[in-house]
Amino acid sequence: MPLLEVRNLTVSFPTAAGRFDAVQGLDVSVDAGEVLAIVGESGSGKSVAMLAVMGLLPAIAGVTADAMRFDGRDLLRLTARERRNLSGREIAMIFQEPVASLNPCFTVGFQIEETLREHTGLSAADRRHRAIELLTQVGIPQPEERLASFPHQMSGGQCQRVMIAIATACTPRLLIADEPTTALDVTVQKQVLDLLLRLQAENGMALVLITHDMGVVAETADRVVVQYNGRKMEDSDVLTLFENPRSPYTRALLSALPENAKGGRLSTVSSFVPSAETAG
Amino acid sequence: MLRFILNRLLLIVPTFIGITLVAFLFIRLLPGDPVILMAGERGVSPERHAELMAQFGFDQPLLKQYADYVVGLLHGDFGYSFSTKKPVLSEFMARFPATLELALCAIVLATVLGVAAGILSAIRRGSWIDQATMGVALVGYSMPIFWWALLLIIFFSTTLGWTPVSGRISLTQFFPSVTGFMLIDSLLAGKPAAFWSAVHHLILPTIVLATIPLAVIARQTRSAMLEVLGEVYIMTAKSKGLAQRRVIWLHALRNALIPVVTTIGLQVSVLMGGAILTETIFSWPGIGKWMIDSISRRDYQVVQGGLLLIAAVVMVVNLTVDLLYGLINPRVRHR
Repeated sequence: MPLLEVRNLTVSFPTAAGRFDAVQGLDVSVDAGEVLAIVGESGSGKSVAMLAVMGLLPAIAGVTADAMRFDGRDLLRLTARERRNLSGREIAMIFQEPVASLNPCFTVGFQIEETLREHTGLSAADRRHRAIELLTQVGIPQPEERLASFPHQMSGGQCQRVMIAIATACTPRLLIADEPTTALDVTVQKQVLDLLLRLQAENGMALVLITHDMGVVAETADRVVVQYNGRKMEDSDVLTLFENPRSPYTRALLSALPENAKGGRLSTVSSFVPSAETAG
Repeated sequence: MLRFILNRLLLIVPTFIGITLVAFLFIRLLPGDPVILMAGERGVSPERHAELMAQFGFDQPLLKQYADYVVGLLHGDFGYSFSTKKPVLSEFMARFPATLELALCAIVLATVLGVAAGILSAIRRGSWIDQATMGVALVGYSMPIFWWALLLIIFFSTTLGWTPVSGRISLTQFFPSVTGFMLIDSLLAGKPAAFWSAVHHLILPTIVLATIPLAVIARQTRSAMLEVLGEVYIMTAKSKGLAQRRVIWLHALRNALIPVVTTIGLQVSVLMGGAILTETIFSWPGIGKWMIDSISRRDYQVVQGGLLLIAAVVMVVNLTVDLLYGLINPRVRHR
């Protein structure tokens, strides 16, 4: 049984021009301990699908699915309290904008310990101890002093490390990382990716990596889901994807990689993603 | 943080100089001879006129007058009331507690109700609660204070007889003045009946004075909350599995409060202006009514000194707000 199983997921938003389906009939499954990459261009619905899994979409979003199970539990039927027990403890998520992801009014220590307070019975001293341990784990120097820092006193890369510390505080079984390196410098991108993969291996957690960087996919993923315009185009292991892509869209996507450029010109994916306004 | 406080304190100096200039020049820019105006219809002989001009220093050059005025201020001398012959400062101090008591009640009411209404509107955005709250806020904001006060008096005081029409306390209640606050002094004197009388007298003026700040604070809180609720860190807080209550009251409100505190500070100045109208309508013996009376009596020293003291109060409030702002916003505190 997969750890996360989503069947026929549709997410729609009401717009002035009518209903807009951001995700249409998506099937995704993630096994325990697996690294799954979801790739697709901006607006292909990859983030929205995972936000639906996390239950983080605004109330106006219409979420329907034949099945949305985590470890056999039906996510669509959970009460608010059951859902909260799951979020942060068994499923965690990190976002694209590390600095904006942390609350500017609270210290890093407070924000890490808050998750522990919510989900564990640890004493204040133990929580602090665990927070220091987590900061050390994600590679923040002088963790004890850093607990008292505010997010604006840290760099983007450090903020993302703190987010990873928060997300992995309760050693979740599934971590969803929504373009975790997009907002970072190239040198820092690699470090953060390595960190995520190290924690994934050490904790044996499943990792869903949402990205549009094929390089990241090749380096990290066991399996890849290619999404386009709210639909799944391809679902295969990483080797097959790069060597023998089945879907024409995937082939177009791969040929658009800079290393596949012919005669000094990049090939483009000749398509467009309909926006909420243009969709009927 | 210490540097932040020192910076704010240093800013007081130029602000205060600016206020003295305005208070001083404002009066002198008005046309007319102050001594003739004071003498009224009886007129004054040229000898007596020159004598009085010299006594008040009006015969000196403007710069000299200003220098004397500022030196006086630095010695705590705000001048004397022409009509009562008492120092402006002691007259101000005698009336200020009445205004402060009313203003505090009004700002507390406006803040508590305004913030609560703003939050409720934001989390129920688009619902009938939101629309009703914001509709009422718009009406409250647009309502002329004097008209609103008269409506309340007609309904609650005249028709229903629930609240007194004017004054601070029933004339039958006597107790020694310790703090100048009726609510506190009546309790200190152990007179619950006097306390309830003071509360009754406070109700209508407080509602009237709080109306506009309440509307402004509610609208500001709503828009600040809506903005904050769309931030990524709110999503982070939810993804941690925190209760909705904690996400809104801790993570969102803490950030939304930053612009709201600024608004509340600004509303205090509005409150001072509103107090003049409210005090006049309710015959509330505070500085607002005192200023109005002094203007109609052409008591220049009182107007000048009163203006300065009111400005000083507003400045102290603004300083407090700035410090509070640093306290709730770590980005200001730790730069």
